[in-house]
Amino acid sequence: MHLGAVKTVAGIAVILGSVIWSERIVIHNPPPGRVHVVYWEKWTDFEADAMRDVVDAFNASQDKIYVDYLSISGIENKTLMAVSGGDPPDVAGLYGQNVAQYADDDAILVLDDFCKQKGISADRYIPAFFKIGYYRNHIYSLPSAPASVALHYNKDMLAAAGIAEPPKTYEELDEDCDKLIKRDPRTNHIIQQGFMPAEPGWWNFAWGYWFGGKLWNGKDKITANSPENIRAFEWIQSFSKKYGTSEMQSFRGGFGAFNSPQNAFLDGQVAMEQQGVWMSNFISKHAPHLKWGAVPMPYPKDRPDLANLTVADEDVLVIPRGAKHPKEAFEFINFVESQKGMTILCLGQRKNSPLKEMPPEFYSKHPNPFIKLFSDLPKGPKTFSTPQMGIWPEYMAALSTAFDEVNLMQKTPKEALDDVQARMQPKLDESLERLRRRGVIK
Amino acid sequence: MKARRSKESIAGVLFALPWLIGFTVFMLYPVCASIYYSFCEYSVLKPPIYVGFENYVDLFHDDIFRKSLWNTFFYVIISVPLSTIITIGLALLLNAKIRGQAFYRTFFYLPSLVPQTALACLWLWVFNSEHGLLNMGLEKLSGHFWIFHWHISGPPWLSDTTWSKPALIFMALWTGGNAMVIYLAGLQDVPVELLEASDLDGASPSAKLRHVTIPMISPVILFNVIMAMIGAFQIFAVPYIMFPNGQPAQSTYFYVMYLFDTAIVYHKMGYACAMGWIMFILIFVMTLLSLKVSEKRVYYSGG
Repeated sequence: MHLGAVKTVAGIAVILGSVIWSERIVIHNPPPGRVHVVYWEKWTDFEADAMRDVVDAFNASQDKIYVDYLSISGIENKTLMAVSGGDPPDVAGLYGQNVAQYADDDAILVLDDFCKQKGISADRYIPAFFKIGYYRNHIYSLPSAPASVALHYNKDMLAAAGIAEPPKTYEELDEDCDKLIKRDPRTNHIIQQGFMPAEPGWWNFAWGYWFGGKLWNGKDKITANSPENIRAFEWIQSFSKKYGTSEMQSFRGGFGAFNSPQNAFLDGQVAMEQQGVWMSNFISKHAPHLKWGAVPMPYPKDRPDLANLTVADEDVLVIPRGAKHPKEAFEFINFVESQKGMTILCLGQRKNSPLKEMPPEFYSKHPNPFIKLFSDLPKGPKTFSTPQMGIWPEYMAALSTAFDEVNLMQKTPKEALDDVQARMQPKLDESLERLRRRGVIK
Repeated sequence: MKARRSKESIAGVLFALPWLIGFTVFMLYPVCASIYYSFCEYSVLKPPIYVGFENYVDLFHDDIFRKSLWNTFFYVIISVPLSTIITIGLALLLNAKIRGQAFYRTFFYLPSLVPQTALACLWLWVFNSEHGLLNMGLEKLSGHFWIFHWHISGPPWLSDTTWSKPALIFMALWTGGNAMVIYLAGLQDVPVELLEASDLDGASPSAKLRHVTIPMISPVILFNVIMAMIGAFQIFAVPYIMFPNGQPAQSTYFYVMYLFDTAIVYHKMGYACAMGWIMFILIFVMTLLSLKVSEKRVYYSGG
């Protein structure tokens, strides 16, 4: 009996000890006397290290605020849950495409007054990057790490096919693809391709823009089936028509994961690919001997005005509704938005900067040999981003499905885009009606 | 005596209290609240606004809802009978008194222990159309039969709308270990005297299976079929990882995937709650139907 009691007490002590110890491991105690700002961010690996360096520099620069960086997967979903649960972080690193949806739902704070106090205005930024966080005449987010997109090409593969220069127009790209395609003589399977519209598949929404189209009028009309968008999808379908749907699918089905040496571009299966500024990191990691280059995305021959077009992609910093220390959170955001903060962050993540002015050493030290191209492209007047609309996640999914249907020859481009139009216009109407019902818009 | 009994009751309630509190807060309340939210416009971030049957009416005009429902039914109708036949077959084999029985049982059960995410990553490679184990195997097989001029070329399992759902069904068959163990337990309860009697009557193995074994384990079959059906209706994690956005062309966009996207990605929790209740009713009706259909076919020894 006595032994039993000892065992029970020992068991309870072990359980309590484990609880206390695990709490001590998990909870970071900020230095005393400083306001504790909790910052949730999506990044891991070297991208997280770059932001941690910014956080460390901020923590060392003053003695009133202490920022705690936490890497969170599925950041947008967890921020949503945390805001609805009334216990959000003080700063959250969302994606640029989340801003309109979270602003419509009143999940993030308007930063106008904070920006005014700190002298932050549109003048500081490349317009395309500032616009991503500027919604319904208010600043809801400020940029963290931006990106722009260009055509990446494998120099050796182009040279082997007798192609002297990367293509400038889609017509030239088509001709190059005819020269680059290789098939297995025994099975007739494709073993090499010049370009694939479905790779990497992250900007399926953007094809209309590359051909001069738009996805909505910015107010109340969806324009998914505009002539330019249909033209873009016809060009996409031309690959399936020319090279065979199942052959293309079978070839694509053999590709490895993006962040792996089996990446189709990195292991020389596809000669050209649209990719962001980050691609050089993966090239140096998985294919350091690859001879590559980057040029602006092509344009249709009859639309030279679309030369040097790019998509501006951006991660953003927001203050969620219900944050305990919004003032202190903005002090940190203000530090990130400085030249010093952006140099540490964008150099560490090997990306371009959202700021108009960067110190010369940013470019001289930058490991991406094409950083000037990626920095200059978003300055163009026609640079586009994801549309600022609350229903964007649904619209993007609908476009992605239409892309698949066209690529798999299940529908004509017009049929697929008409279906998107018919589905999304009522969704937009309904969303605007709901915003009116709640008094967000008139 | 009465005082002791009431003391025991209080102690019982106290012991059950942590579970009761957890159940009420994390299950009962959300379930009840979701009924109300299904009649509201609700994004989780703002107070709900009552909209009557609007969500339910919209659902019946929603083509993605219909598509996801069709995909789910297809998966349930094909995968449940197939996995039932295969797991019963495996259980019968593993019930045989042979050397290494324990090893074989462990071997066939093992895949059920693989976490869903790891399973999805593994099968992404197995189904890889150019370098995957499955298509490479078919290619090798084709080599052996080359003399007959047969050439078997594996399909692009994951990127072709014809093959994407069958690929998932094929995967599901691999993880039937739990059902298999339950069938094995059921087979242990088949009375030996009945089998011996049928032996004496000169029954063939297939006749014994049809007239003795299967009827005797019929309650276990019913239980497993219902559980497999409920699980199949709620398929989510594996296709969500393997087929983002239900690719290709939403051919693998299942009901719960659409429900998750609606609630968490599109911020339409009210609409998602309505979907959840429709799913509940659907499963409830299907379960009742299964019980009704099986009434005269299931043998309960006590009944």
